[in-house]
Amino acid sequence: MAGYILRRLLQAIPVLLGTTFLIYFMVFAMPGDPVVALFGDKTPPPQVLEAVRERYNLDKPFIVQYLLFLGGIFRGDFGVSFSGEPVSDILARTFPVTLQLAAIATVFLAVGGILVGLISGLRKGGIFDASALVVSLILISLPIFVVAFTAQYIFGVQLGWFRTTVGSGAPIQDLILPAMVLATGSFAQIVRLTRASVIETDGQDFVRTAASKGLSRRRIVPVHILRNSLIPVVTYIAVDFGVLMVGATVTEGIFNVPGVGRTLYQAIIRGEGPTVVSFVTVMVLIYLIVNLLVDLLYAVLDPRIRYVK
Amino acid sequence: MSSNTRSTQQHYVAPVEETPLVAIDAVKAEGKPSNLWRDAWADVRRRPMFWISAAIILLVVVVALFPGLFTQVPPNNDCQLSNSNAGPAPGHPLGFTKQGCDIYSRIIHGTSTSLSVGLIVTVLVAVLGILFGAFAGFYGGWVDSVLSRLGDIFFSIPYILAAVVVMSVLSKYASIWTIALAIGIFAWPATARVLRAEILRVKNSDFVMAATALGVSRFRILLRHVLPNSIAPVIVITTISLASAIVAEATLSFLGVGLPSSIMSWGNDISQAQRDLRTAPQTLILPSIALSVTVLSFIMLGEVVRDALDPKARARR
Repeated sequence: MAGYILRRLLQAIPVLLGTTFLIYFMVFAMPGDPVVALFGDKTPPPQVLEAVRERYNLDKPFIVQYLLFLGGIFRGDFGVSFSGEPVSDILARTFPVTLQLAAIATVFLAVGGILVGLISGLRKGGIFDASALVVSLILISLPIFVVAFTAQYIFGVQLGWFRTTVGSGAPIQDLILPAMVLATGSFAQIVRLTRASVIETDGQDFVRTAASKGLSRRRIVPVHILRNSLIPVVTYIAVDFGVLMVGATVTEGIFNVPGVGRTLYQAIIRGEGPTVVSFVTVMVLIYLIVNLLVDLLYAVLDPRIRYVK
Repeated sequence: MSSNTRSTQQHYVAPVEETPLVAIDAVKAEGKPSNLWRDAWADVRRRPMFWISAAIILLVVVVALFPGLFTQVPPNNDCQLSNSNAGPAPGHPLGFTKQGCDIYSRIIHGTSTSLSVGLIVTVLVAVLGILFGAFAGFYGGWVDSVLSRLGDIFFSIPYILAAVVVMSVLSKYASIWTIALAIGIFAWPATARVLRAEILRVKNSDFVMAATALGVSRFRILLRHVLPNSIAPVIVITTISLASAIVAEATLSFLGVGLPSSIMSWGNDISQAQRDLRTAPQTLILPSIALSVTVLSFIMLGEVVRDALDPKARARR
């Protein structure tokens, strides 16, 4: 196990270096003046341009610039936002909100998605299964901002069940609607993955053995089928974390949830390039760490993984 | 003792005349040869979901190629602010946008934008994914290590976030081509991974060994024998990536880092309409429906093709 953890950690290093380099390269190796390009149509005051140039060491050779940027990341220095607030301070304020939102969304996903997938898989070809397939295909096809606006219009404006915007200091129940919207993006995939996995497990020899030992279906389904079907689903939730982060950017923007996503959303909308770069870097780092953790969790859940080279 | 028993044991010899061996050995030459593609077509043909999605896709393609067949109203030039957010009127079946432009005409003319971005991204993803996946899977060793780690790096940046960064820098050059490039450059690793896994499975087959024994060059084996036999999952993922690319373009345009407002795009129209959700929801909902139905039809097609090409998926049905 220790060997596996070490190997996995070592593998993460080149990817970490590669992704940060790629983001940096995309921004600062483009033709023209990268600082002016970052502000798009806007013409920022010369002091701001000068501050950004200084911040990113643009007078030094490219590789030195990148190494200084990387060094900053390791010290927790992600730069300064457009208004002058350090990005790490903004993160400290907004991250807990996004974490709450993501946690509620994941609960919806895990409980709802796995339950629907399990029933579909156990009653393959039935009416429930067929309608679940249709609903999941429709959900996959709806872009998250369409889902967000539709939910906002129906449940917020028409029915008045939820507040349409959350704002800062809002009670946690205001996060329910945005979290449900966020969950729809991955819901269909979780349902279908669980379904496929349940069908495959249901055909395994150990399930037949359990049945022939005289165990009731009520015991076989949770203990033998569900537990063994969940491994690919758990990994998928991690892989899908990237979709969740993009979704959070759009959902938090639309519902005005004061999280990391909304900060990025507003920076994009206002064309504040340097802030966008900082927050995308942060999100990619979070994504890498989550995937690393889940790979380790995966090895705990499924001992076969540890021995595969 | 064992050798003793065996030598004295009576052997059962089947009477040869009873089983007509000739019939077993004979190949039915006049019968249709069975292969993956023929079976898949036979399977697909029977499913209504295939015909529904194919019909919608055909319609979308015709609309994109010949928008003039469906509307005579210009999407941009004829806008009158007095019609702002107005309901349907004669000649304008779906009403007007905030700028007083005809919604129906804008939806019709936005079709080609979505479809072009989807197609360019798909071609890019297929080419990059096949190149990286095929070389990594077939040659293995250090080639695989280098290409796969490179793929990991691109895979670790969610492609919409990457495209947001690229498009923020390239905002002055925003066009259908730049946005497709920004999405495609980061969307290929999924295809490469699928193809690599499939090639690893196929390259140990007997027919590959037979080709090697016959002296066929490695590259030719890859091109003529391995690749055609491992391309099926790539076709499935490519169909679905077309749908994802359309969604990605709309999302970027919605965020304001996509296409300039001079280019007709469903994402732009949805983005413009968001502030009027309470007063004029139709200006937001109608382009959303066009977007969702188009995406749905490609997802459905991918679904049907996946079921047909993957025998395992067929068993699960």
